[in-house]
Amino acid sequence: MSGILAVLEQNEGVLHKLSFEALAAAQQIGAELNLPVFAAVAGSGVEAVAQTLAGYKLNKIHAIDHDLLLHYTPDGYTVALRQTIETHRPKYVIFPHTYQVRDFAPKLATALDRVLVSDTVGHRIDRDKDGGGLVLVRQLFQGKLNADVRFEGEPPYFLSIQAGAFRADTLQTGTAPVEKTTPDLKPEQIRTKPLERFRESQRAVDLGAARIIVSVGRGIKEAENIPVVQKLADALGAELAASRPICDNGWLPPDRQVGSSGQTVAPKLYVAVGISGAIQHLVGMKGSKTIVAINRDPEAPIFEVADYGIVGDLFEVVPAIIEALKK
Amino acid sequence: MKIVAAIKQVPSRDSQLKVNASATWIEESDLDWEINEADAYALEVGLQLKEKAAGEVVVLCAGPAGAAQTIREALAKGADRAIHIEMEREASDPLALARMMAKALETEKPDLVLTGLQSDDLGYGQTGVILAETMGLPHATIVMNIEAVMNIEAEGSTIKVKRELEDGWFQHVEIPLPALLTIQSGATKLRYATLMGIKKAKTREVRRISAAELSAALPPSIRVERVYTPEKTKRAWIFDGPAKEGAAQLVEKLRFEARVL
Repeated sequence: MSGILAVLEQNEGVLHKLSFEALAAAQQIGAELNLPVFAAVAGSGVEAVAQTLAGYKLNKIHAIDHDLLLHYTPDGYTVALRQTIETHRPKYVIFPHTYQVRDFAPKLATALDRVLVSDTVGHRIDRDKDGGGLVLVRQLFQGKLNADVRFEGEPPYFLSIQAGAFRADTLQTGTAPVEKTTPDLKPEQIRTKPLERFRESQRAVDLGAARIIVSVGRGIKEAENIPVVQKLADALGAELAASRPICDNGWLPPDRQVGSSGQTVAPKLYVAVGISGAIQHLVGMKGSKTIVAINRDPEAPIFEVADYGIVGDLFEVVPAIIEALKK
Repeated sequence: MKIVAAIKQVPSRDSQLKVNASATWIEESDLDWEINEADAYALEVGLQLKEKAAGEVVVLCAGPAGAAQTIREALAKGADRAIHIEMEREASDPLALARMMAKALETEKPDLVLTGLQSDDLGYGQTGVILAETMGLPHATIVMNIEAVMNIEAEGSTIKVKRELEDGWFQHVEIPLPALLTIQSGATKLRYATLMGIKKAKTREVRRISAAELSAALPPSIRVERVYTPEKTKRAWIFDGPAKEGAAQLVEKLRFEARVL
């Protein structure tokens, strides 16, 4: 095939939302490099979900179907996808950067003596370069710095796409045939046993419905300081939310966590207080209409996504905002 | 049970970073260093398991001579001994690094290898998984904790772990030992080193291996071309001055420009 293969994630017959962004990435890079684009979904009984992709502009959709792929395991997915890649020999293999992909894609790349360029946030084409001319942008140091990375040696070249790097609404429609394949997979090749999925508690707070959110991060320093931001939330009529470390410490309940492991929100106004802006947090809130950031560090990545920012000590800035709101 | 905890030394969280002259890495002088956050939790999970199941915890760390400080701190917390792969820091490739780590562990034959799920510097989030594949071990990523160790005669030991999935979901997974887990931050409390621990750490063995001894010299499959400060793409209003003035201007702008209040 020697084109681009987008390996998409589905869970119980539903495509992961980042699957569409990975597909958009494959279409866009395919157009830029003049390469045909293919998609693959793995699972048990995945023909139906593969058919839902038949309306997109793709050369073919591979439905990789096996009873042993009913429940995701890194061993099962690696064995099955390795066969797909060795049979069809794509030049690029593109994944959405999901938790599941983080679990198996490095293993798959290693099995083929390659390195996955994980969590890419951008790309450009530079035809003079090795690796097919594709240069990828990754974040280093939690978003403080960027790096340009390219591939060396022979394909396949593996990359995973961070949420928001490509837009699903740019997907081009068309018609594509679905081809079902059954990989050669034996029960003894799967060493881990996945058990039930569960949630810790019912979500009491639906942050997705909030019009204004005040969100607090490590900058708050201590649990005793939470009322400082609660007062701001009250003054704005906002829901209070937090970045991961705050919920891990038990300073706020887990159902108030925003980010890749918590809720994804897009309120009218999002006020990030003492949040540096690691990518895991940004993916959960960067769709907000207006973003305000308050942080001591002028280089904090949160200022990259902010519309309005104040560099300063939150313990001075937050009370000052509450005062200003009274006027 | 023999447990290996792989840890990395990274610049401390609030460091102001500068790109070096050749734009290949950061300027390392004048920085403070600390254990990578998720690795501190990997070490903690290892120490807790040792307390329950008996055995030893071996720390594995790749880094320059200065990483010895982070290794000593891990020994002071209760690790029994350490392996230090001596190498310069760079924007390295996780496959090359994991292959060196696997080679350094060849004679160890651990029952369980623990790593943090991701480093705060390069952030590939892959070294653990690649190490598992290179060592031929089953793995689980983004593990919160080990919930049970089950010994089944004739079949060996199996552990039951709690993995984090997306959107507030979790999953239990059973894995036969030997295995590798990558550990998520935050699921347990980290211990502090005791005075006794700090004293004992000085007597504990640190095996030093040079990277050259371990390097397989395989051609790299990726190359970091350039490290740089991201360009500001969004034209934001950023105020850096007296808090009261900033707050007043911000509220004004939210009311009359963004019209969100």
